[in-house]
Amino acid sequence: MLEYFFRRVVTLFFTLVFASIIIFVSLEIIPGDPASYMLGINAQEDTVIALKKELGLDKPKFERYLIWVKGMLIGDFGVSYTYRSPVIEMVGERLWVSLPLAIYALLLSTIIALPVGIFAAASRGKILDFSIMGFTQIGIAIPNFWFAMLLVYLFAIILRWFSAGGFAGWEDGIILGLKSLTLPAIALALPQASILARVMRSSLIDILSEDFMKTARAKGLSFKKALIRHGIRNALIPVLTIIGLQFSFLMAGAIIIENVFFLPGLGRLIFQSIAQRDIIVVESVIMLLVFSVVLVTFIVDIAYVIVDPRLRSSIL
Amino acid sequence: MKFFKNIFFVLLVIPIVFSVNAFASKTDLTVGLQLEPPHLDPTGAAAGAIDQVLYSNVFEGLTRFASDGSIIPGLAKSWDVSSDGTTYTFHLHKGVKYHDGSDMDANDVKFSLDRARAEDTTNAQKALFAGITDVNVIDSHKVQVVLDKPNGNFLFNLAWGDAVIVSEDSIENIKQNPVGTGAFVFDNWVQGDRIELKKNNSYWGVPAKLEKATFKFISDPSAAFAAMMAEDVDVFKSFPAPENLVQFEADSRFKVLIGSNEGETILSTNNKMEPFNNLKVRKALAHAIDRKAIIDGAMFGYGTPIGTHFAPHHPAYVDLTSQSQYDPELSKKLLSEAGFPDGFTTTLKLPPPAYARKGGEIIASQLRDVGINVEISNLEWAQWLEEVFRGKDYGLTIVSHTEPFDIGIYARPEYYFQYDSKEFQKVIEDLTAETNPVQRTSLMKNAQKIIADDYVNGYLFQRAQLSVVNSKVIGMWKNSPTQATDLTAVYWEN
Repeated sequence: MLEYFFRRVVTLFFTLVFASIIIFVSLEIIPGDPASYMLGINAQEDTVIALKKELGLDKPKFERYLIWVKGMLIGDFGVSYTYRSPVIEMVGERLWVSLPLAIYALLLSTIIALPVGIFAAASRGKILDFSIMGFTQIGIAIPNFWFAMLLVYLFAIILRWFSAGGFAGWEDGIILGLKSLTLPAIALALPQASILARVMRSSLIDILSEDFMKTARAKGLSFKKALIRHGIRNALIPVLTIIGLQFSFLMAGAIIIENVFFLPGLGRLIFQSIAQRDIIVVESVIMLLVFSVVLVTFIVDIAYVIVDPRLRSSIL
Repeated sequence: MKFFKNIFFVLLVIPIVFSVNAFASKTDLTVGLQLEPPHLDPTGAAAGAIDQVLYSNVFEGLTRFASDGSIIPGLAKSWDVSSDGTTYTFHLHKGVKYHDGSDMDANDVKFSLDRARAEDTTNAQKALFAGITDVNVIDSHKVQVVLDKPNGNFLFNLAWGDAVIVSEDSIENIKQNPVGTGAFVFDNWVQGDRIELKKNNSYWGVPAKLEKATFKFISDPSAAFAAMMAEDVDVFKSFPAPENLVQFEADSRFKVLIGSNEGETILSTNNKMEPFNNLKVRKALAHAIDRKAIIDGAMFGYGTPIGTHFAPHHPAYVDLTSQSQYDPELSKKLLSEAGFPDGFTTTLKLPPPAYARKGGEIIASQLRDVGINVEISNLEWAQWLEEVFRGKDYGLTIVSHTEPFDIGIYARPEYYFQYDSKEFQKVIEDLTAETNPVQRTSLMKNAQKIIADDYVNGYLFQRAQLSVVNSKVIGMWKNSPTQATDLTAVYWEN
């Protein structure tokens, strides 16, 4: 067991080292540098050199790599070249938008998708089922940024219920913050809900033809009761897997929606930093994302072994 | 199923609860801008966005731009110039305080100018301060600046955002927490979202009428349209979607301000590269371009054709557009004379703005009509700066040069269009040294003619300054002599 744990730690370590090299090298290759970007087209060459020196960009690449890695080991993710604030603080601020938005969207999509999928499965082959399937097909086909624009047009411009975008912040109360995330969350949730509803439907249909469902009905349970007591529960397993995948997509994939609603989220920070060649921000944010994914995998691997004794014996 | 019914009901009710809007107070203003400043030090980056937020609102210089582009006194209430034109003595306003409560005096002027012209400065416009040899403090409110030779542009140079007066005490944190002397105090910056300013109650001059100003950063053009239509923002400076302006004009809630700015948009040409080192080829290029089609197609009609690198609203402007009129036949003839009867192939590298991307497509088709085959590649700004601007690896490109009065770049042979004319360099040298206004005008006209005669670049159009403003907001600048959003005189009509 201990040996297994140790092996996993070594793998974790090398994965991170390997990832850091790939991230650093690939960002070094792309043309352009932050100093020229900031100084624009009237700057003199000596000014660009002076700024590069101030930013530490005059040092050899290998040395800069070591400084970056050394910093991360003690929890220092560097200071943004353009904003001049610590990367970790910037990421922290953006997470206060991106994380609630992802959770909000996921809740919405789950709340809508599960009952819709269940209704469709329960009335399989009937009009309700066909129309739900039709709607979810549209929901998947519509690009979410376009749907977002429609939402803005209806709720912000015509009805004036919501702002067209921006984030009110959490300082003035949770309601205001949630309000500014509502339209973006709906826009993000629609395609996710459509996918989820379809998964829920097909999973439930599979379950309905299982023997234990027939047994349940044979015992005298009504279709409704059998569905609720035995069907839905079992059908939820593949749905949960999809929800898990959707969450990581919503965290990083909200960038277009963040643009439409001008929200200061993580996606826009990465996008902006790439354009400005604020390499240290891009490097550190990607490294943090890699780290969190690798860490979660690590924990899951260990958890499997702890939970499932069969796995334990096979690795020892 | 009752549970789900309840949830649907709640979802329906949420928007209604949220829709209760507070009444807008009339002393705060929200301004939409497309670009966010990278940091808040106007003396440490070229980004126009920094000046858009801070110029004259938070930071002030010795002189400043008025809305018509003229130079008026700022922190210096007056100045004397020595008879040989090399020594300026500035008399500073008394009682000027920084936002942190400290006094602004002659030592700050010396500090600011010395910092901007230092060997290792990171000031993006170091050239503005090139002629300064000495800055001497005479007394607390009198400061003397000595130049190596007379400089007719000197007071103009001091009006730039890159020349504002900063305090040594607060310089360390200026990029996050700018401390100036202006009518507004920096209050808060939510990165990626907004910057908030509040009124400076102990301002030395005429106090601002607004209590609070918020700059919101909205990069997406359709989001800008929505934000304006939903009245989330009261003003959108440099509105990014000219195609939507008609809708704002038709709506009584808004007014559209169409003014001038300093953006000469040009088809920059690599003058050292074959075949553009041949004057006839450059002339052929100029005659192949139909400016009106470009202004209509790329800018929806907003823009003024130019025939040289000079702003049409400047008093010394000469209209030289007739020298490069659209004449494809003449263009083909010139190409054959230059030895390219079948044309040639070159690159057109385009930076991201719409004027370049849309304009580039139109120009490419116009050039194809005379036999010049253009390979378009779209670049990000950082790539463009590396490849085109610093690497000079390009045939043609399209850029808007937004610095005011920047014809002097043609006197820099190492500049990216690599134009090297001794005659022109001499004119600029004389112009810089000249302080007599009549002589200066004649030299400026001469300079415009030389670069037009040499067909250095394809001169396309002067960009229009397009702003959408709530019709109750009074006092916004229509023109943009420098990249600024001066809110010091802005107020809401009752």
